[in-house]
Amino acid sequence: MPGKLKAKIVAGRHLPVMDRASDLTDAFVEVKFGNTTFKTDVFPKSLNPQWNSEWFKFEVDDEDLQDEPLQITVLDHDTYSANDAIGKVYIDIDPLLCSEAATRICGWFPIYDTIHGIRGEINVLVKVDLFNDLNSFRQSSCGVKFFCTTSIPRCYRAALVHGFVEELVVNEDPEYQWIDRIRTPRASNEARQRLISLMSGELQRKIGLKVLEMGGNAVVGYLQCFDLEGESGLVVRAIGTACTLDKLTPGTAPNTNTHSNTAPASNALSKDYSRARVCVRVREFPFFTLTCFPPGFLVHVGGVVSARSVKLLDRIHNPDEPETRDAWWEEIRQEIKSHAKALGCHAVVGYSESTSICEEVCILSASGTAAMLNPRFMREGCLDAGGSDHRFEDASPPSCGFCHIPYDEFNMPFPAQLTYCYRCRRQKVPDVLFTTIDLPAEAAVTGKGCLIQARLCRTKKKAQGEVNATAISNLLPFMEYELHTQLMNKLKLRSMNALFGLRIQISVGENMLLGLASATGVYLSALPAPGGIQVAGKTPSDLNYDQHIATMQKRINDTITKNKELYNIHPPESTEELVGSPIPDRQRSRLFRSTSESSDELLELDLSHGKKDAFVLEIDDTDAVEDIQSLLTDAPMPAGFYSCNTEVMPGIYNWTSGLQMFTSVRVYRLSNANLTNQGLNKIFTELCENLLKSLYFKLRSMIPCCLCHVNFTVAVPEEELIQMGAVRLNCVCVCGCVFVCLFVSGSGENEDQLQFSMELCADSTPSNNQPTSKPSGTPHQPEMSENSLNFNFPELSLRTTACKPRCSPLPEGRSRSLRSTRSMPCGAPVAVVKMTPLSFLPGTRIVKYLGIINMFFIRETTSLREEGGVSGFLHCFIAEVFAMVRAHVAALGGNAVVSYSMKECVFMENPNKNQAQCLINVSGDAVIFVRESEQEATPPLMSSGQISSTGADGTT
Amino acid sequence: MSMVLDVFVGNTTIMDMDIYQLWLDGLTVREAVKARMDQGALLECEANAEVLMSDTMDQFRTFQLCERLLHSPTKLANQLLFQIPSQHQRMLIEKYYEFDSVFAREVLGKKLSKGTKKDLDDISSKTGITLKSCRRQFDNFKRVFKVVEDLKGPLVENIQHHFLLTDTQARDYAAIVFFANSRFETGKRKLQYLSFQDFAYCASQLIQYWTTGAVGELHLYSMVEDMDVDLEKEFLHELKDLKVLVNDKNMLDQHKVLVCAALRGKIKVYRLMEANFKNLSRALINLASKLTHTKDVRDLFIDLVEKVIEPCRCDRWTLGEVTLFLTQYTNAAHGLGTFSRQVVWDRYMGVIRSCILRMYHE
Repeated sequence: MPGKLKAKIVAGRHLPVMDRASDLTDAFVEVKFGNTTFKTDVFPKSLNPQWNSEWFKFEVDDEDLQDEPLQITVLDHDTYSANDAIGKVYIDIDPLLCSEAATRICGWFPIYDTIHGIRGEINVLVKVDLFNDLNSFRQSSCGVKFFCTTSIPRCYRAALVHGFVEELVVNEDPEYQWIDRIRTPRASNEARQRLISLMSGELQRKIGLKVLEMGGNAVVGYLQCFDLEGESGLVVRAIGTACTLDKLTPGTAPNTNTHSNTAPASNALSKDYSRARVCVRVREFPFFTLTCFPPGFLVHVGGVVSARSVKLLDRIHNPDEPETRDAWWEEIRQEIKSHAKALGCHAVVGYSESTSICEEVCILSASGTAAMLNPRFMREGCLDAGGSDHRFEDASPPSCGFCHIPYDEFNMPFPAQLTYCYRCRRQKVPDVLFTTIDLPAEAAVTGKGCLIQARLCRTKKKAQGEVNATAISNLLPFMEYELHTQLMNKLKLRSMNALFGLRIQISVGENMLLGLASATGVYLSALPAPGGIQVAGKTPSDLNYDQHIATMQKRINDTITKNKELYNIHPPESTEELVGSPIPDRQRSRLFRSTSESSDELLELDLSHGKKDAFVLEIDDTDAVEDIQSLLTDAPMPAGFYSCNTEVMPGIYNWTSGLQMFTSVRVYRLSNANLTNQGLNKIFTELCENLLKSLYFKLRSMIPCCLCHVNFTVAVPEEELIQMGAVRLNCVCVCGCVFVCLFVSGSGENEDQLQFSMELCADSTPSNNQPTSKPSGTPHQPEMSENSLNFNFPELSLRTTACKPRCSPLPEGRSRSLRSTRSMPCGAPVAVVKMTPLSFLPGTRIVKYLGIINMFFIRETTSLREEGGVSGFLHCFIAEVFAMVRAHVAALGGNAVVSYSMKECVFMENPNKNQAQCLINVSGDAVIFVRESEQEATPPLMSSGQISSTGADGTT
Repeated sequence: MSMVLDVFVGNTTIMDMDIYQLWLDGLTVREAVKARMDQGALLECEANAEVLMSDTMDQFRTFQLCERLLHSPTKLANQLLFQIPSQHQRMLIEKYYEFDSVFAREVLGKKLSKGTKKDLDDISSKTGITLKSCRRQFDNFKRVFKVVEDLKGPLVENIQHHFLLTDTQARDYAAIVFFANSRFETGKRKLQYLSFQDFAYCASQLIQYWTTGAVGELHLYSMVEDMDVDLEKEFLHELKDLKVLVNDKNMLDQHKVLVCAALRGKIKVYRLMEANFKNLSRALINLASKLTHTKDVRDLFIDLVEKVIEPCRCDRWTLGEVTLFLTQYTNAAHGLGTFSRQVVWDRYMGVIRSCILRMYHE
């Protein structure tokens, strides 16, 4: 009996009215864990019940503790009929199982119902007493830490990096069970939520076991996905990188938080990491899900490797067993491994896997970046930096080392144009570099980066089974080729020479395939300057035609010049010699890819143009004209905006702590009447451009502003769901989970002003209840003008004496609640929880990781019109998901979620029946952060000293 | 191709206060987009009509989702659904409870019932305020009324506490609640010249001096229900005793003499005043003595206009002259040796004097 789980139900608030007659509710709570259920007393006739229950104690195996969530159901007592459920709360207690994470879960949770959404809140207190169990045959893996973050978490040091871990579990999807025909959709959705919660618990436990086996204590870059395969089942799979992490004690902690993307990484830092021994004991798969590495870890980067495979789900022999899927993935990973070898690399970094399912067809994809990892890291013991006589190390500065080719110059895997590195002039570098990782912190960059997207649609005939699979796998190579060409052209148009964070998504629909590639383009100083783009016609006879080409060429040249200006790309003089060479560089691919279908036929394709010159675009057919059009129609970003899909924006270093995370979902309906590829392409491009434009407009108040980690997801849902009448319709869903970060490029003074005003927003929460403290009654607007600086100071001191500085961890929030109960009967204002897809919060220091957040929700409605149509329904649902994530983080004692991502957003509607349903899966790491300026002042005390330190915030 | 769904949700809820105003004004999305275009929103950030439309829709949806919370503003601070910076919360509440005084003037003194709600379209077409906005304002009045109706303690503070309004807003709402509760007549043609602010001032005077809450001692009055909403019964009863001022001929004459003595040479309309004194005095005292009847309470303002303000205005009294007269008229009663109701008199005349002065538009 290695664990005792204790739960206490304290109170509820804002409950819905369940009894029409009295306009009140007789609420009670059921607390369930595993097969044990406890109940509280009924608290009669109240919308704000105070149960103050005893401690409900569950004595359970730690295995169950990992798998099962704590289920809390709030019900309305009914004397005569069955009790009505008000809603549920699922609490994942995994964070409590690790000694370094949270110690208890305590706070207000939204009560959630799949039909009604959030219905009030419940205050719960959960604790776990864990007894040590040293049984080596144990099935549990308590204590293994999980991180979504794809870099070494900020307050840890990697002692050892063990390598790739993966696991996959399968279950029958409750929605497809026979029982579904007799039970309500609500019951089946609840069953689904519960099942997925259980499955991800089980998955984490199994991965944890593997990590323990390897001798690690943590999983970094944990990526968990769901495949809703339909009738063949529900798959939950996860990959990650096993590590042994040492916690840095706060006293000796190097300042890892200061985002040092300024070129030479601090010595203290590299020294710290050099002690890390990475054992790439040539494992089966030398894959790393990390995208950010300790300095010196990455030696060379070969290029992107990817593999795709088309499978038929109805061919799985025993769908309830994971073997078949395991074999599929195994196959793909082998391919990736062999591609990496072909590039002369022994490891793959920035590795990720994904699927796209349409009825019985499933495309499995995997991609990563082939890389050489530092051999020193693999040797025994710790080596001090600089002592090595390695041929790369002594000479090449770290800022360009990773660009140097890992493969043999005379035996290249594909035709490429090599030059000597523009930094060190010793090693060869390729002319273009594509990678899936983040820009290494030490890399030297010229100018700023920008988001580059390639978009592509391909129609296909509607087909079934094998025929369909073959058709898709025939199309895939061409799609990849075209996406690649588009990326390359757009990169050249922006005068850049490298792509980071490349993510190619191919989704399959009934009669079309969609491809969307996003990456962040940069100009790496080590790589040669890209040449221009030349337009050429094949039959240069007609004078008009020549003229047309000439204008086209001029437009392209103008755009390039403009972009150089825009992204501030002014390469040093020395590059001129090469730019001036009359022979344009040759395009070749760093993309090594292959496709295979269910018949396991392997197909390799060289993506290079062969003998053709790379940047000559021939416009003898309509396709090429379209290409050029699409090149030029990419709308430029409005002034003051920057965007990228990596963690940090290359070329921008002055960040403020203001940030705003957002999610945007769009669904379009296409009329399918004889759409051509070009037509579709144009529409798709417009959709993406419009979405971006909309985002810029919505965030205009935050200028200057950078959209970081912009993550686009496209899907082509099944046709039947949106078929209406005789018209055949199709639907494209663009789901961007995008995040914005404010930064200021102006003077330091201005920057402080911004930070200060952001603080005010968070700070002034309690004063809301005390209108008297603000006699003017006018809301305090954070002002940006310089003279407002002076005006604000008296306000600041007033504010800080009235309430404690805000961004210290939870205990502070609790004391605040005590104070405000005086003025407000309904309790404390809600503590602010920040959310970000980045692994850090600018201007702050993460002091503690509290555990992984991995939540799955289903929401359904049978009154779609009444809820404001599909948009109203989804808007509300996404807001609810955010609210639940924030509540869980706050209950763990955290004040932010980092590495947040919305993995899944599946939307289905049936307007004729007035129904809709949506599934959302989110994940992230709950953390406690403190503002950089408050570091010295910890622990925060309500003293005059504290006030002055906050005041200094505004002055420094 | 058509957009079926378009949603944008931020972790910190993004709210544009300009669009909020358009929403509060009851504009439809299409009208709001047009209004924003007219304001030059297209010049920002290279926007186009589509972008503007999508943004406006998002904002309107957010406001609609928030509206439920705004109905009980105290919930806004501890709800979990939207993370709204507190200065935005304050602004949301303030603006939501803001009303057009033209509209408030129309419904002032009317029963806040379904019947009145049905007449809102008339008010809407009369005032030019959209029906939607009228409904919101009306529902706000009604909501505040319902909540504070059964509460103990001072009215303004109750409103402020439950709706987190600013001082001025709370006072205005108190006036509306007060008028709706006592159903004062404000709709008559003769009263049309009075603005909402005039009435709100009078209401605050009545609340401050004539209600139950006005006399009670501090520890007592927190126990009394409706202390600020209903006029004090005992006081209204005592007002009957003031009749002696006109019924007793001696006293009336003496009163006149005292007032005349004080005003002689100080006002231009002295003669007219002298001639009219008895009428005026009778009007004021009769008004006082009738206030035990609910009907007459309701007619308080129309009576003041008809019996006091209009005669004076006919004779072209200036505001200064009215002020002087009322001051002396009140003070002179203290000089009447046989008059014993000094306290009641002052309480009555203090309010009546301030009301008349506020309502006296030259």
